[in-house]
Amino acid sequence: MAPAPSARAPFDGVALLAAPAVLILCALFVYPFAYGLWLSFAPAVGGALANYRKFFGDPFLYGTIATTLWLALPVTLLNLVVAVPVAMRVRLMRNQRVLTTILVLPITLGVVLIAQGLLTYLGPQGWFNRALMAIGLVSHPIRLVHNYWGVFLSLFLTGLPFTFLLTLSHISGIDPALEQASATLGANARQRFFAVILPLLAPGLAIAFCLSFVQAFSVFPSAILLGAPAGPTRVISIAAYQAAFEDFDYSMASAIAMLMGGVQLAIIAAVLGLRGLAYRGPAGGGKG
Amino acid sequence: MRQRQTLSSRLWAAGIWLLVALFVLNLMAVIATVIVSSFATRWLGTWLPSGWTADWYASAWSEFQLADVLTTTFEVAFFVVLISGLVGAPAAYALARRDFPGKKLVMLLMLTPLLAPPITYGIPLATVLYSAGFAGKLSGVVMANLVPSVPFVVLVLIPFVEQIDPKIEAAARVFGAGTFRLFWHILMPLLAPGVLAALLLVLVRTLAMFELTFLTCGPTSQTLVVALYYAVFAAGVRPEQSINAMAVIFMLTSMVWLVIALRFVNPTQIVARARKARA
Amino acid sequence: MAMRAAAFSELRFDRISRSFGPIEALREVTLTIRKGEFIALLGPSGCGKSTTLNILAGLLPATGGGIWLDERRIDTLRPEERGFGMVFQNYALFPHLNVRRNIGFGLAMRNVARGEIARRTQEAIALVRLEGHEDKLPAQLSGGQQQRVAIARAIVIEPPLVLMDEPLSNLDAKLRLEMRAEIRRIHASLGATTIYVTHDQEEALSLADRIVVMQGGGVRQIGTPDDLYARPASLDVAEFMGFRNRLSGEAIESNGSETMVRVGAAHLRAAGAAPVAIGMRGTLVMRTADLSPAPQDASTIQARVTAGEFRGDGFVCSGASEDGAELWFTSPTRVAIGETVHLRVEPGRARFYPEAGA
Repeated sequence: MAPAPSARAPFDGVALLAAPAVLILCALFVYPFAYGLWLSFAPAVGGALANYRKFFGDPFLYGTIATTLWLALPVTLLNLVVAVPVAMRVRLMRNQRVLTTILVLPITLGVVLIAQGLLTYLGPQGWFNRALMAIGLVSHPIRLVHNYWGVFLSLFLTGLPFTFLLTLSHISGIDPALEQASATLGANARQRFFAVILPLLAPGLAIAFCLSFVQAFSVFPSAILLGAPAGPTRVISIAAYQAAFEDFDYSMASAIAMLMGGVQLAIIAAVLGLRGLAYRGPAGGGKG
Repeated sequence: MRQRQTLSSRLWAAGIWLLVALFVLNLMAVIATVIVSSFATRWLGTWLPSGWTADWYASAWSEFQLADVLTTTFEVAFFVVLISGLVGAPAAYALARRDFPGKKLVMLLMLTPLLAPPITYGIPLATVLYSAGFAGKLSGVVMANLVPSVPFVVLVLIPFVEQIDPKIEAAARVFGAGTFRLFWHILMPLLAPGVLAALLLVLVRTLAMFELTFLTCGPTSQTLVVALYYAVFAAGVRPEQSINAMAVIFMLTSMVWLVIALRFVNPTQIVARARKARA
Repeated sequence: MAMRAAAFSELRFDRISRSFGPIEALREVTLTIRKGEFIALLGPSGCGKSTTLNILAGLLPATGGGIWLDERRIDTLRPEERGFGMVFQNYALFPHLNVRRNIGFGLAMRNVARGEIARRTQEAIALVRLEGHEDKLPAQLSGGQQQRVAIARAIVIEPPLVLMDEPLSNLDAKLRLEMRAEIRRIHASLGATTIYVTHDQEEALSLADRIVVMQGGGVRQIGTPDDLYARPASLDVAEFMGFRNRLSGEAIESNGSETMVRVGAAHLRAAGAAPVAIGMRGTLVMRTADLSPAPQDASTIQARVTAGEFRGDGFVCSGASEDGAELWFTSPTRVAIGETVHLRVEPGRARFYPEAGA
């Protein structure tokens, strides 16, 4: 509801109520970020670009970008591919609350707990391998911890509920009368999805992709606890952390953090650029 | 749209539900593994442990100094909730009611910390806090956790404020209410459910917030989730069951607040980032 | 006119029911519709009219009964297999498609050739008088224009049946009258069998060949507009059709078509559907327009005036009868509040409904 015209005094005391929040965020978010940006260009030795040159000169460092992307992109795509059909079904359910409550658990419990659980569950003696052997799918335990797959599964377990809930809320915003209208005009289930629902869902899916991707790209504790931080799961956040807390090279750490932000921003911009090509208006069917 | 099913659409539906069931099953199993292990005397090479005991809880309690850790955790949570509430609610009111110059910038300032991943801004933030001398102490941890919490409170509350008809406030003034009375008798009661919901959600999120606390805490200012991380990290040193006992204690603290929060909010709002609540 | 409606001769609802748990949304609706007819399903909210339409479209399943199109049973078909055109209450235009592609959607789903789609779409656009708007998106159109796109989209596929679910209820009064005329005109040129759901009796009376009055999940009366207007079959239908005045009375005399009813001291002649037993109690109803002040005589009803409203071409007033019943009547001149008037019913315009069980 827009403010009533009489209340739209541009700068009375009420606007100042936002001041404390703004100050806190400027001090704790904007300033450190700006400081970090500046610091990344002010290393102890070398010129302004020394940190960045060092990063891109050392495979142990620049390889982290590829490693992280190799984890984040597939998981995010998998999350979307699973979330969409499931959301299409769940939106028809009257009582969705049970399912959404269960799915909120991994988000609430957090990555560390899930990582610890997976360490046992996916281990050679854990229930997962036992079940696979009992069914007969494998003859000896498969290695799922302290490698890429442990981290991948952890990202999937914590990422899917988030992606699903976002997708569900987007899909629920599409007027059901549109599907009914297309059905009366002769569209079968497949045609209804591709000709009506998907075009209207695409912008929302782009947003879901961006948010899920950002979450996956920032993977940190799982990569250490559940992965192989020295090699296959040495993600960019580990490189940043090590620079700050093991080498005490804050300048380098800031540079890596900036690069991390930069890569995320680039991918988001690309996806949102694609989104701009699609229909972005309201997903209702007209007045009423 | 429900309709008579063909065989292929029935198969598709069955497949989807199977997928959901498998996911939920695995999720429950992961949690169950932790719980079972925490009560196991020994658990090697069998489906279930060879014996049961509750001793690990006592040993975890003393070994990991959980009394201190829990106290710290709740101190951190308390201050984060208090400050973000005190600061976020008025800001939400201002943003919902007024169109001041620079409003767009302020909204951007509220959105960005929620969209940016904690590690990306956490490392520069930790650097600043270290040089300012706050890091390694309770104050540093609280400050770091304020960054995602204040915007969260603001964004959750804005729709609640917008739902209150501004004419109610005008009516209160016409009938003689000064600003304080307006706030105390009208706004607070109407906003109370929204504020409660927002603060509960901040509490739940702060309990699970790992990266920010990890980067800014010291040995005496760890929250439970960070202590758990360190325990898992040094897993070779401590017995598995002990770590899992600690994990169960962590789960219980989170779940208690989650259950309370769910009485007031929809599960989806825990995930809510920059989206308005559906009216 | 190159567009035609597809051929069939009869649509038959046979005891269609829909219930979930204890709630009966529809109870054994039976109805036969002939090709080319314009049928209105009329009733208050919750009477089941939209449910009936949705079952016909295939958007809701019936829990009992069947629907036949000539010899074909159609209620087991999915909506995309039935081939009916439907106009929704909120139009349900695809927001991401322009007018042309919205209208052509049904043809595209049937894999009609591109040239053919273009030709038929253009004809439909001309029929609903939307030339010049072909490339606009629904959001750029007014309510009335969106309405016309929805209609064009439903008829371009030349369906055997066009279903309309309260299509005018979201338009303002003036636009509603205009669109009513449009719908009449389109029906006249195409001759498509139409089933039209509405709660507005004026709309039903002006558009339909036959009206089906529904209440509480069942059919109460089926008849031509004239039938329903002058000869409602039951008290409920009469009240719905605008017989606002109700008086308790007793039958004194009766033959097949007329009954003499005693109301208080007055004796009035009323029409009825069947002979009524002498002494039977019941309700006498009449329209506001048919009750007006007159010199006192054996058939006038005495009332004390309680309020009056100027309507431009006369007054609509309310009054209280001797036993306290509220009456509405018309008067060419002003009547004073508190004044006693004697009200005369226009001959042949009152109806008498005996109490249930008669």
